[in-house]
Amino acid sequence: MIISVASGKGGTGKTTVAVNLALCLEQAQLLDCDVEEPNAQIFLKANICDRKPATVRVPEIDYGKCNFCGTCRDVCAYHAFALLPKKVLFFPQMCHGCGACSRLCPQGTIREIDRPIGEIEIGQRNDIRFIQGKLTVGETMAPPLIRQVKSHIDPSLTAIIDAPPGTACPMVTAVKDSDFCILVTEPTPFGMNDLQLAIETVQKLGIPYGVVMNRAEPDDLRTRLYFKAHDIPVLLKIPFDRKIAELYSVGIPFIEQFPEYRTKFQELFRFILDSTKVVA
Amino acid sequence: MKQIVVISGKGGTGKTMLTGAFASLAKNKVMVDCDVDAANLHLLLHPSIKERNIFKSGAFAKIDPVLCTHCGQCSDACRFQAISSEFAVSPIACEGCGLCARLCPVNAIRMKENTAGEWFISETRYGPFVHAKLGIAEENSGKLVAKVREAAKEIAEKNGATHIIIDGPPGIGCPVIASLSGVDLALIVTEPTLSGLHDAERVIDLAEHFNVQTQLVINKWDINPEASEKIERYCESRRVPVIGKIPFARAVIESVIAGKPITEYTNGPLKNEITKIWEVVGC
Repeated sequence: MIISVASGKGGTGKTTVAVNLALCLEQAQLLDCDVEEPNAQIFLKANICDRKPATVRVPEIDYGKCNFCGTCRDVCAYHAFALLPKKVLFFPQMCHGCGACSRLCPQGTIREIDRPIGEIEIGQRNDIRFIQGKLTVGETMAPPLIRQVKSHIDPSLTAIIDAPPGTACPMVTAVKDSDFCILVTEPTPFGMNDLQLAIETVQKLGIPYGVVMNRAEPDDLRTRLYFKAHDIPVLLKIPFDRKIAELYSVGIPFIEQFPEYRTKFQELFRFILDSTKVVA
Repeated sequence: MKQIVVISGKGGTGKTMLTGAFASLAKNKVMVDCDVDAANLHLLLHPSIKERNIFKSGAFAKIDPVLCTHCGQCSDACRFQAISSEFAVSPIACEGCGLCARLCPVNAIRMKENTAGEWFISETRYGPFVHAKLGIAEENSGKLVAKVREAAKEIAEKNGATHIIIDGPPGIGCPVIASLSGVDLALIVTEPTLSGLHDAERVIDLAEHFNVQTQLVINKWDINPEASEKIERYCESRRVPVIGKIPFARAVIESVIAGKPITEYTNGPLKNEITKIWEVVGC
């Protein structure tokens, strides 16, 4: 079972929901796929036991054999090559690692080498297995790193994915292939606008979803009517509470001081189990 | 002309709130929303769209099932697992490299140009506004950002504007780099939390990497004064001036619900602090 936690708008509480949910389950994996700004470890404080570089495959040209025919430049859909009279310029940040240049070079002068774009860290806290990706500052391509974080998913465990904000390729790469997506929002026009975009995205991906309303206002008729009219399941409401905000600011998962939420997260998990069973 | 981008690393720290306030405070400027996959600034500026443009970018493969012989060369070569065992291409997984089309021995694969979104030139009561909407689950947000910025620059030059004010996306990846490159100032908005500090550190690194001058604002500073102090000390060590501290206020959420820039919704210390920030940023 893979459950991703996404949002559209940033700062709505994805990491809060992902970490607290993982802490309420037995034997879970938590994957921080917000590789541009990973924050789950601030709250989880896992013991990191393994670190390895995350790499992409990029071309390397053997100038001994290159005859500057320009095929590499012509076949590259991402404009990662420029050709000078006696030199081929390569811009690694543009490269998607598709392998077209090395495959199609008529002289066979291009081989692929590993270029580091970030780091993957693996750790443990009690019975939670933690994996996070960290994109190196200045690198542009989050998706290959996100895919490498996700390659650590153990199908025998429940995996919780903390996704990046937005609805573009990093978010899609993170939530793709989930069995369920939790969309976290807040009851502001910004939150609701971006929730709508996030819903369209998970619908396009064919992933069942439900909403967690964070910083919920009591008796918020406007959002309640919206969810009812669009038949959107609301899985949990977390009220606006200064104490929760303070715990967040110092990196403490709020279930540690609000134990009543442990049951609520477990109910949420059971709801997801039941609803995905029906779909399957 | 001065180009200013508001970024944060972490999402939800108050970029759009602050950019919206600048829209009402700055005189002769062009406003830009570069958060193209989760745009919000239009909810404060209420644009009327004058010009709509299709954003075409990239391509995706399409396999003609009549010609396809199921030889499997395409799916073996595809690094993005975009071709299923039934030889259908997932347009979401396909990154448009075109290797499959070049390898197909029977020419059954065509690359189709992709419509990845739309961008708009609008009029608002705060002046011209350039914004965009990336298609659902699309890529190439960096290119769309570049497009929007190019259009804004043209308008600003034509109008003789003194400022281009850009609402940036969260994170440090492709669209942030596209929003940041070549600006005169990156204003970083953060919040006094461990996550806010961690993410601000990375976004300061990013601006430094691209040689962009930075200033920083702490939003909701009084939620955790100790953490705010920690951020201030950190900024001092990085020589990033902290040019303002905005207190937590209900009025901010209320102004968003009212669809107004905060400086038009409230008077008093909050407005004064943001006005002071604009005076530093805009000069």
